[in-house]
Amino acid sequence: MQMADASYSLPDARGHFGPYGGIFVAETLIPALDELRQAYEACRQDPDFRAEFEYELKHYVGRPSPVYHAERWSRELGGAQIYLKREDLNHTGAHKVNNCIGQAMLARRMGKPRVIAETGAGQHGVATATVAARYGMKCVVYMGSEDVRRQAANVYRMKLLGAEVVPVESGSRTLKDALNEAMRDWVTNVADTFYIIGTVAGPHPYPAMVRDFQCVIGRECIEQMPELAGRQPDYVIACVGGGSNAMGIFHPYIPDPGVRLVGVEAAGDGLASGRHAASLAAGTPGVLHGNRTYLLQNEDGQIIETHSISAGLDYPGVGPEHAWLKDSGRAEYVGVTDDEALQAFHDLCRFEGIIPALESSHALAYASRLAPTLATDRILLVNLSGRGDKDMHTVAERCGIQF
Amino acid sequence: MSKIQARFARLQAEGRKALIPFITAGDPSPQATLPLMRALVDGGADIIELGVPFSDPMADGPTIQRASERALAAGMSLRRVLEIVTEFRRADAETPVVLMGYANPIEAMGIEAFVAGAAAAGVDGVLVVDYPPQESESFATELKAAAIDPIYLLAPTSSEQRMREVGRCGSGYIYYVSLTGVTGAGHLDHAQVAERIPSIREAVGMPVGVGFGIRDAASAKRIGRIADAVVIGSRIIEEIEGAGEERAPTRVRALIGEIREALDSL
Repeated sequence: MQMADASYSLPDARGHFGPYGGIFVAETLIPALDELRQAYEACRQDPDFRAEFEYELKHYVGRPSPVYHAERWSRELGGAQIYLKREDLNHTGAHKVNNCIGQAMLARRMGKPRVIAETGAGQHGVATATVAARYGMKCVVYMGSEDVRRQAANVYRMKLLGAEVVPVESGSRTLKDALNEAMRDWVTNVADTFYIIGTVAGPHPYPAMVRDFQCVIGRECIEQMPELAGRQPDYVIACVGGGSNAMGIFHPYIPDPGVRLVGVEAAGDGLASGRHAASLAAGTPGVLHGNRTYLLQNEDGQIIETHSISAGLDYPGVGPEHAWLKDSGRAEYVGVTDDEALQAFHDLCRFEGIIPALESSHALAYASRLAPTLATDRILLVNLSGRGDKDMHTVAERCGIQF
Repeated sequence: MSKIQARFARLQAEGRKALIPFITAGDPSPQATLPLMRALVDGGADIIELGVPFSDPMADGPTIQRASERALAAGMSLRRVLEIVTEFRRADAETPVVLMGYANPIEAMGIEAFVAGAAAAGVDGVLVVDYPPQESESFATELKAAAIDPIYLLAPTSSEQRMREVGRCGSGYIYYVSLTGVTGAGHLDHAQVAERIPSIREAVGMPVGVGFGIRDAASAKRIGRIADAVVIGSRIIEEIEGAGEERAPTRVRALIGEIREALDSL
């Protein structure tokens, strides 16, 4: 939770990353955000809080997660060496839990007995429900009714963990609508409720706070890469929906100019098709869900429906720090289609015996595109942000297989 | 003095309370809005709050979200809202119109273009739900330069310092949301509202309107005893939903008439 570099100290006091970020919410939420900001500032400087966070990550999540050299796949691709940061091996199967533990600990310190969350694919909902069970908190998860249908197994998982799952019927019935509904719940129940946002978006301090809790990913890599590969990577590659796994692995590398940072967005059926979720590649700046960032919107400023085979990337905005990293040129952002992601999904299964999440498969697909163009002594570090068990159904359906 | 300020000054001189109804522009269709605005004025509205529909109305409850969805499905946009106000102004030069909505459609149009367009159309006030003062100082300055009042919200959770900040940025009136919740919610803590209003009025130096949770003549009357203005929204949208487009103006006029009568009996 410490800054990796004093020269990069964004966001500013009001939550801005250059022109992005900020606090764009109705007046009712302002005091809640003030309270949260103060509590978070106190906790991040508190050695006891940090020690407890580290203890939880070690003993409950199973950190540090290993870095693994995907030697066979690298050889097959015939170029750069691909290393995988194994966030899929965390408890609950993805990076999401790192942040949930941090926020749930904060909620407990603030005396809020009830936590709420929004979820798309269900991974953040499952991680929140898990941590709520662990801390004995009441937990309500909002999920678009379309996603409830697509992710039935995760819905059941959350219920097993004692959470109440509320299907959201408004709008496009997906992640953004779940987020709207969670915000409404928070406005209404602000006195006893903590809103655990799952990504590096939303009003300040969420983008910075979620990033700080996820930075453990990149900090571990900085220690692990020299041991395993003899040096830091040439590229760090991660998928970007809201962008929390990417911020977590990018941020500690920002001060190192030798490391190129590549965020991979969901290009769905292709950027030209209009059916995608690539806010940075194809969007324009605007204000949604409490922050200014790149958005997929029409010319009237209405948010448009997105598409990706991966529910976790199916979101019309992106964390404001990514918007800033794009404009400043420190990170680059590329798109990967549904088909490319699926190919990488199958490749990793066959060549490495690892079933990746469809979200992470986007980052893998870009690595497989890049690797053959580079010499064999180049190093790509890919954040394998989650495991793919939850995606069995989607992949099978796409391949025309019925269970 | 802006048209909104002039209206409040006149009402105060007469010892009356302001009645501020809200409808969503374009709900249920773009053609429906002008007759509804006229019905609101005929029923006794002092100021009209016209909602600019947005795809993701985070701070609104299900009723106003439905209205937004209907309006967008019928092709409503910020540009067309300004056209409707222009049209309304041809027959009514008096009744102040306040646009209420979210930041993104305004930013998509461009702030400069929006302020110029709103001024040309005859808009008197603008309330952007997700523009708190610290993110909208320059926007508020531009509105004021165009003789448009920037209207801000205050909530039961707002601190004294917050009230002064809002008082500095805003003009026209303050919209006190009387519930910690979304629009259209059920309960109204009347005693709590009554307790807060005098200190808010003193901190902001403007008339205070109260909204969220006002459903009928009786609840409007209770709020009218303590606030300078009564804002009513979701209840009107429900009336429009129930009546259908053709009968909506008559029904809305009757509803506003009842509330007007109740407020004037104070």
